[in-house]
Amino acid sequence: MAMKARVLIRPKQGILDPQGKAVERALPALGFAGVSHVRVGRMVELEAEDGADLEGLCEKLLANPLVEDYEIETVPGTSSEGASATDPSSARIRPGVPGSEAG
Amino acid sequence: MRFGVVQFPGSCDERDAVLACERVGEARLVWHEEADLGGVDAVVIPGGFSYGDYLRAGAIARFAPVMDAVHDFARAGGPVLGICNGFQVLCEAAMLPGALLANDGLRFVCRQVEIEVASTATAATAGCTIGERLSVPVKHMSGRWFAPPGLLAELEAEGRVVFRYAPGQNPNGSVGDVAGVANEHGNVVGLMPHPEHAVDPLCGSADGLRLFESLLRSAAPAPA
Repeated sequence: MAMKARVLIRPKQGILDPQGKAVERALPALGFAGVSHVRVGRMVELEAEDGADLEGLCEKLLANPLVEDYEIETVPGTSSEGASATDPSSARIRPGVPGSEAG
Repeated sequence: MRFGVVQFPGSCDERDAVLACERVGEARLVWHEEADLGGVDAVVIPGGFSYGDYLRAGAIARFAPVMDAVHDFARAGGPVLGICNGFQVLCEAAMLPGALLANDGLRFVCRQVEIEVASTATAATAGCTIGERLSVPVKHMSGRWFAPPGLLAELEAEGRVVFRYAPGQNPNGSVGDVAGVANEHGNVVGLMPHPEHAVDPLCGSADGLRLFESLLRSAAPAPA
């Protein structure tokens, strides 16, 4: 059976995150006061067979463990077949353009 | 002396890399699907945006079939030079230490910089002198080399910091002004600046040739 999972990837504490800083600096100009410590990461959604080595996947590809931390959230029992049409939570998950990491 | 210049989908500096190699020897492109380097004497992994830089720069290119051959070539002591995206690929492949992060200024930087040679015990700097300054261009978005303090100290102690940006010229916020590093044997070297774009005075500097001449020297069999 397949399950859905979300992988949250963020820069490790102590590593300068210029994207987060830029967002944080932009907020007061837009009238959002009192927001600090903004850090920008990314989220990967995927479906995997039970027993898939998600941690290995993160260590080897999705995250760079030297500079990024990751968290895996699984939603057990979410079969990929049939669920997407009826389950409102999975209906929110739309295929789209992956976040463009400029390089 | 034959150079192999690896080309991934999204590479964009492979032509200049071939032309630079041809100043000192022969060169051919090696397509990313090739599993055999065809007996080349040195490998250059050029700049660009392999696989669109999806996920992280260099993260996907490291799984290309050609990279197994590059690993084997490096393990056997063959000289490998990674430039810009090639440096990112080699770091992602754990063939070089550290990681490349987004520039601290969040902008793409494209300018001529001076770098200083910090080690001559590598395949790419064997013909240079310590402290020698080279004028070469940088052009990158994710060039901020990073290593945790302990690792950086270790690399410095082992002479594996190969290039530093000249004082005041660090374009990306890399720790210790590091512009390029080597593996423990010195045969694999990566740097963010582009020596292949600086091989003719017509382009403002021919200093980049020093690296290709060094590779030639490193790859050539010892004189009898």
